[in-house]
Amino acid sequence: MQSLSNRKKVLVQKPMNFWERIYLPAIFKGLGITLRHFFMRKNTVRYPEEKRPYAKNFRGLHSLKRDEHGRERCTACGLCALSCPAEAITMISAERQAGEEHLYREEKYAAVYEINMLRCIFCGLCEEACPKEAIYLDGPHVPPEYLRKDFIYGKDKLVEKPFINVANLTSNN
Amino acid sequence: MELAFVLEKFILIVVVFVITLLIAMYSTLAERKVAGFMQDRFGPERAGPFGILQPLCDGAKFFFKEEIIPAGAHRPLFVLGPTLAIITACIGSAVIPWGQSLTMGDRIIELQVADVNVGILYIFGVVALGVYGIMLGGWASNNKFSLMGAIRAASQSISYELGMGLSIIALLMVTQSLSLKDIVAQQEGFVNWNIWGQPIGFLIFLVCAFAETNRVPFDLPECETELVGGYHTEYSSMKLGLYMFSEYINMFVSSALMAALYFGGYNFPFMYDLGLSQNWITIIGVFVFFLKIIGFIFFFMWIRWTLPRFRYDQLMNLGWKMLIPLALANIALTGVFIILKDKFF
Repeated sequence: MQSLSNRKKVLVQKPMNFWERIYLPAIFKGLGITLRHFFMRKNTVRYPEEKRPYAKNFRGLHSLKRDEHGRERCTACGLCALSCPAEAITMISAERQAGEEHLYREEKYAAVYEINMLRCIFCGLCEEACPKEAIYLDGPHVPPEYLRKDFIYGKDKLVEKPFINVANLTSNN
Repeated sequence: MELAFVLEKFILIVVVFVITLLIAMYSTLAERKVAGFMQDRFGPERAGPFGILQPLCDGAKFFFKEEIIPAGAHRPLFVLGPTLAIITACIGSAVIPWGQSLTMGDRIIELQVADVNVGILYIFGVVALGVYGIMLGGWASNNKFSLMGAIRAASQSISYELGMGLSIIALLMVTQSLSLKDIVAQQEGFVNWNIWGQPIGFLIFLVCAFAETNRVPFDLPECETELVGGYHTEYSSMKLGLYMFSEYINMFVSSALMAALYFGGYNFPFMYDLGLSQNWITIIGVFVFFLKIIGFIFFFMWIRWTLPRFRYDQLMNLGWKMLIPLALANIALTGVFIILKDKFF
């Protein structure tokens, strides 16, 4: 049939010559390739011992930040919960009592603050919504758990470790 | 028969048996390691340093698996299948000479379980029996895929035994002996190795050895992509383990056979020029022999992770139309050379 587009190419399968027919050269070539790969550097990362670094803009586990005096920044305004498209964040606010000024920065604080890590999509909108710079998604990825209830992170897991003033420590010694 | 002789042979048998099983065990790990390295991975390395406890874990896992015998299976033959496979795999090593002889006081201990003067025929008999394990297992499973695998195993084994036998005939014309001990003893040093005189014969033997051990590229009896699991589709637990194990033992024995027949067995270059005592030569010879065997086992694995599987008709074409004529030509050529050598040199 005549080709209309003139782009038709007729491929003719050439009969194999003697060396191709006995296959041995091809087999040796293949053996060479596999042997080369045998001695190549492996790209495997042995995970628990060896960890790949996270990207700079990686959004992982949330942490609730403290200010420069070690007080919790969160004021339980609820903007993060409101902005959350997955509705993963809940909180119960409480009023700061006298004598608690060293614990909470504002008059109102989150008595309970829970993020459901199974619901969270790590979009970072809570981080953007927060007016107090109290929440950041700067942790690693979520570790595995056996029970669903363990994926609901409370303040015990979210709040940063108590702030240690290095300047104070050195001056005391 | 004196007691010392019986004791000596008994110890030798136990040692050979243990070494065979150990090598087969670690072949399973080596296979996965080689596979890993050739695919730019590391292979198993979690169980112990470099994964050296992996075979033990695999064995333990096999024991803890549920043992299933299908309802329609022929029970006695179903059990006999893997048993026969592992027994025939193990008894092949009886005639292989592992080394020369050790002198202890006035006793001379031959490092060969049985010096049968028909050693090669014995090996062929055992190899021919080997296919029964697969056939019985495949047939007794009452499963189409198993039966297909068994049929393939039977026809493949028969086809390639011919090529193997013919390649050995050319070798026997050169060595003039059926005893493996004599054949190895003739290949003293390095230049006397049979590979130099019989390269085509070795090639045919090698290809047939791959086919006889059901290794890739001739693993049609158990090809996963077409036959689920081939002849061991219905097998579980340690019975499956025995089939797997017999494959690795077969690999070990055929590697030993190739090393003994064509690569000088325990002989190594300059063995008598170094001024060593007979015992030392024997001990080094045993190590050299095992080095050669391990080299062949690596080659088996290397081929496995390089070549794809043959199609069934390609397998038959290669066996009947290429290897057998080539082996016959090799015999004729060898005969001509022997006559020319007698006439003119």
